[in-house]
Amino acid sequence: MGEIIVVTSGKGGVGKTTTSASLACGFAKRGKKTAVVDFDIGLRNLDLIMGCERRVVYDFVNVINGDCSLKQALIKDKRFDNLSVLAASQTKDKDALTQEGVAKVIDDLKAEFDIVICDSPAGIERGAFYAMYFADRAVVVVNPEVSSVRDSDRVLGIMSSKSRRAEQGQSPVKEHLLLTRYSPERVEKGDMMSVADVEEILGVKVIGVIPEAPEVLSASNSGVPVILDETADAGQAYADAVARLLGEDRPLRFTEPRRKGFFQRMFGG
Amino acid sequence: MGLFDLFRSRPKNTAKLAKERLLIIVAQERGTEKGPDYLPLLKRELLEVIRKYVNVDPDAVMVNVQREGDQEVLELSVTLPDKE
Repeated sequence: MGEIIVVTSGKGGVGKTTTSASLACGFAKRGKKTAVVDFDIGLRNLDLIMGCERRVVYDFVNVINGDCSLKQALIKDKRFDNLSVLAASQTKDKDALTQEGVAKVIDDLKAEFDIVICDSPAGIERGAFYAMYFADRAVVVVNPEVSSVRDSDRVLGIMSSKSRRAEQGQSPVKEHLLLTRYSPERVEKGDMMSVADVEEILGVKVIGVIPEAPEVLSASNSGVPVILDETADAGQAYADAVARLLGEDRPLRFTEPRRKGFFQRMFGG
Repeated sequence: MGLFDLFRSRPKNTAKLAKERLLIIVAQERGTEKGPDYLPLLKRELLEVIRKYVNVDPDAVMVNVQREGDQEVLELSVTLPDKE
């Protein structure tokens, strides 16, 4: 049986889809049979970040409605043959996801794949609820910024009381933070909360820290998840996060400011 | 930091401020989630009543429900401002 990992945050624009895409590629690269599911019904975007937007034929809601089989709707990744994407529907119908429908899809995926990543929409509405409801593990994406941290705490609270594991009295969902858009230089200056600050406020440990870097935008521009850019700090930081999720012990990298040379220090830049 | 930046005044440590604010609001929101549904409204109305007589901060009113054995205790504490 596979493991269900929800990537969530509460707040929008913090990097959930970027993270889902990179983790999915990372797990696939490490030999895990992986599926990544877009729960943002109405606002499909994971396909773009994964670079498979022109190959979407059927989507999540089609599977639930029985218009096609799950196998027909899964899009095989061109780079990894053990990686599949299930796109969100673009329907405006808010009730398109039903608990029984989602449960069936999740259970079928769980039987077929080692890792199932659920890319949650922002907010705490229905889509976000179903994305986290079945989770065994949660990666809460958080920016070191007040509104993102507060929303993360709300999401953690909801998860600990409303998830299937909580309802059935099983061991709780394993919670991790993934700090994105981290700038060690600004932390050093006192302009940004540190990894330790965010961990202390939320009472949850980080599984990865992704530095603010231009490569993240270039990666989404080109539909190639940033983890596949092995020369980029952000790509390596995601690879470390995947390794930690697989139980490896890796020290945090890219959390200290880069030391500048003499001339840079004297004349700025 | 360049040579000329040395003469500018340093901004305050806003990260520390953010952390302090978050620790307070997060603790408060976690507390209210556990209590009964009427608790936030009760707190707001109590605050309005108290404010008719004494001008207190919104943070000055603490309302908690605690279980003691098989009894539930509604605990209310109001911090009055210092006399000037």
